[in-house]
Parts: sequence; C-alpha cells; structure tokens
Amino acid sequence: MKKRNRVMNLFYIPALILFSIFVIYPLCKGIALSFTNWNGYSQTYKMVGLSNYTRMLTDKNVIRAFINTLIYGGMSTLLQNVLGLALALFLNQKFKGRAVTRTLVYLPVMIAPLIMGYVMYFFFSFNNGALNDLLAVFGKEAVDWLSDGKTAVAILTIVNSLQFVGISMVIYLAGLQGIADMYYEAADIDGATPLKKFRYVMLPLLQPAVTSSVTINLIGGLKLFDIIMALTSGGPGYDSHSLSTLVHRTYFASENAGYASAIGIITFLLIAVFSNLIVQYLKKKEVEM
Amino acid sequence: MKKKNGIWRIPVLIVIFCVYFSPFYILTVISFKSATDLSSRWEFPAAPTLDNFRTAIEQGGILKALFHSFVIMVIAVLLIVVVGSLAAYPLARNKSKWNKVIKAFVMGIMMVPPLSILVSLYSIIVDMGGVNQYWGIIIILLTFELPQAIFLYSNFISSIPTALDEAAALDGCGPVRTFFLIIFPQLKSVTASVVILAGIHCWNDYQFSLYVLQSSEMSTVTLAISSFFSQTTSNLNAASAAALLAILPVVVCFLCLQKYFIKGMVDSAVK
Repeated sequence: MKKRNRVMNLFYIPALILFSIFVIYPLCKGIALSFTNWNGYSQTYKMVGLSNYTRMLTDKNVIRAFINTLIYGGMSTLLQNVLGLALALFLNQKFKGRAVTRTLVYLPVMIAPLIMGYVMYFFFSFNNGALNDLLAVFGKEAVDWLSDGKTAVAILTIVNSLQFVGISMVIYLAGLQGIADMYYEAADIDGATPLKKFRYVMLPLLQPAVTSSVTINLIGGLKLFDIIMALTSGGPGYDSHSLSTLVHRTYFASENAGYASAIGIITFLLIAVFSNLIVQYLKKKEVEM
Repeated sequence: MKKKNGIWRIPVLIVIFCVYFSPFYILTVISFKSATDLSSRWEFPAAPTLDNFRTAIEQGGILKALFHSFVIMVIAVLLIVVVGSLAAYPLARNKSKWNKVIKAFVMGIMMVPPLSILVSLYSIIVDMGGVNQYWGIIIILLTFELPQAIFLYSNFISSIPTALDEAAALDGCGPVRTFFLIIFPQLKSVTASVVILAGIHCWNDYQFSLYVLQSSEMSTVTLAISSFFSQTTSNLNAASAAALLAILPVVVCFLCLQKYFIKGMVDSAVK
C-alpha cells in the first residue's frame, strides 16, 4: 500500500511544477526586482535597496490607490452582502416570476467585467449618457458623473457590487434552503417576533454562508481591475486607481518595473493579511454559534 | 392567517427589473442605431441597422477574436480538468502529513493576487517566448485556475467511498488505472462545475491576456473589445455591436445550463 501511495503522489507533480514556475518563481523574482530600478526592458539595472519601498510611503498616488483598494474591497463586500441577503430573502418566497428575477440578477455575473464597464460608460457619460437623459426627463441638469474622483470611486464600487451581487444571493439562497423549518417552528412556539427570528435564528444559522460570501466578495473587490480600466482608466488623474491598475500603469506607461514590483509585493502582503484576518474572525464566529 | 397579499412585491420587482435589464437594453439599442442617430440611448432606433455589426466583424475582427477566445478556453479548460483532478486524487486519498502541507500550499496559491506578480510573470513569459502564443496564455490561465479545481475535486473525491479504490486494487488495478477507470467516471457532476467556473474565467479574462497577447492578430474577445472602444471613440455604436456579439454566447449558454452554473457557484463557495 505504501508503494501505491508513493505512485499516487506523482499525480500532483504536474500541478506543483506549474505553481513553482508560474507563481512561486515570479513571486521570488518580483521580490528581487522590487529592490532594483529596472525599467522593464533594458538588460542592465542597479540595486537600489529599499528606496522603492520608502518612495511608496510618500507617493500620493500609491496612498490614494491603497485607500481606493480598501474602499473597493470593503464597501463592495458590505453592499453585496446586505443586498445579496435581502435579495435572497425576497426571492426565497414563493411568487410568480421569482425564477426569472433570480436569473436576471445572476446573469451579469457571467458577463466580462470589462464589457460591463464599457456598457456602464453609456450610462455615466456626460454627452448623451443614459442617466443624464433620465435626469433631463425630470428637468434636472446633466451631471458629469466621472469627472470627480470621489464620485468615480463610488460609481465603480456600486457597479462592481451590482454586477456580482448574484454570487452572494445564490450563496444565501442555498444557506436559507438549508435551514430546517423546525428552528422557525421552535421560535414561533417561544413567541419570537419576525425580527427576533431573523436576528437569533436565521443569521446564526447563515454564518457559514456569510463566511463564504464575504471571502469571495472581499478577494474580488480587492483585486478590482477590469471595470476600472474600462470605465475610468484610473482617472480623473490618478483618483480612481486601485493598486492593480496602478501597478499596470507604473509598469507600462511609466516604464518603472522595479517600482511596480514593489507596489505589487506590498499589495500581496496587504491582501493576504487583510483577508486572512477577516476570514479567521468569521470562522471563529462560526464555531461560537 | 399568514396569507398577506403580495402587492408590495410589485414595486420591488420593477426596481430590480429596471436595474438589471437596462444595461442589456441600452447595449442592444446602441448596437442597432446608426452612428449619426443622436437620439437618446433609451429610444429604440426608428430605422434599425445592421451596419454596426458589419463594422465590428470587418474592422474590429470580432469573429477572429471569438475564435481565439474559444480555442484558448477549450484547451485551458481541458487541461484544468485533467491536471486538477489528477492532483486532487492523492490529496483526497492519501492524507499523510506531507500531503496536508501540499494541500495547504495549493490553497495558499489561491490567495496570491495575480497583479502582485504580473511584472515578473510577464518577464518570465517573455524569456520563454510565450508572448503572442496560444500556449503562453493557456499555461497562465491553467496555473491560476488550478487551485480552485483542485479544491473542488478533492472535496468531491473525499466523499467517494475508499472501498471502490480498494476493490480496484484487489483486482490488480494500479493507481493510474484506478483513477482513470474507476474514480474519474464518478466525477461527472463536479467536472461540470469546474468546466463552467474555469470556462467563464478563461472567456472573460482580460488582465492576463492584456500582458501575454499584445499583437492585435492574437486578440481575444476582451482585448478586441477594449481596443475597439479605445480606437473608435467616434463609433461607439460599432463597439457596442462588438460587445453584444461577445456576450451573446455566454448569455445563451447560461440561459440553457443555468442549473449547472448555479450549482458550480455554490459548490465552489460552500465547503
């Protein structure tokens, strides 16, 4: 049996080779590059020590992108979970048209975020934009939606949340369907109000669904790239960049590969620490229930 | 006693419907409008035209891009299924200390955001000569989709009784034959989930393709759409016709196979 296991273990060798070449090696190489001033194509470059990292601390664009990334991650997660749970509760009731509604809400999850970004451009553009046309119907002035950094960040967060809220909805629907009726019946006998039933019966039993949904939304939001590229390209100025788009810009447009690597490595650490903390916290809550 | 009337649902449904239907509506309207028609994007064109689709196909190369995306997706997904299920088998069956470390390592890979290693990953692909090659993008998509596939497969294989493997071993099947003849045929439903999740990711990928496929000759759907939008700002109508053509296959697939899509999503999320 031992020999059999040894032969069996060979089965994961191809996967491990791929991970080593295309994840671990680039990660190490990225750490090495982050201490250099490489421009991305020349043969020679110098070691510059920690200067890429110290530069980041005073780089307004990096700090802006860092805050934006936390907003994209955190606010999207909040919106998607609140809306997702609300939609799940609503669509868990029996009525005509609920199947169609579920399909419609889930459909955008399938669409490339890049394309969704371009479609949203038709809504938010100043000239002939669909939203401004609606405002005009109510006699309001047209708004230049994407000209202000803060509004742009808010719009990107909302678009991302609405596009992917279907994921949370489906997870919560599965969670709701897994709760046995007897819990509600027991609560009814104890005279619980609907609000109390929600707070003390349903939410604790949904905790595993919350963990899954938050993890997926958080990782998706912190990595936001395509929608930003399509809708604002990080603009106006650098105001709506996430760390992902900033790495891209620093590498290609500013030809600053060493610095881009350093931003990438810091992003990796941030996402790893941030999402691990939240997942640990949620897991602990699950156990307590 | 509990029967209340559901009238309040109607406004809620209308809001949901408006929010989620309007993007598709607007995209369709713009695709069928001629470029000179500057009426509101809410108004359906008085004289619908197919010119935009013609431009998208002839100048935007959208058909070629659809073909590239399709080839990349099919090969990548096939490899993901084979490499992923193979790797998951020992991890699910042989729970030695060492294999637990490997499994934790694979799950850790899932946490690495591609953007943080894109710069060096790109230079490695350049060194290997994988830029503008099918294999270059396929191998990257394969690598980054693998952890999820391994996760799904090993969860599923753990739920198959080991008696099956033991019976096969008694009959003289080696691990290779046991896997391909006995275990793999049991994996149909989880394979459907893996194919759908990985397929959608490969089809919609933009970030990796942007780096690896730089020649316009090799554009995938997302790349073709993005260059279309940036080049022809004066002709947004044709660009949206291209976008409509690009999402059509996905929407049709989803509507036909909805059940499997949602099952795949739930499987991947809930342990």
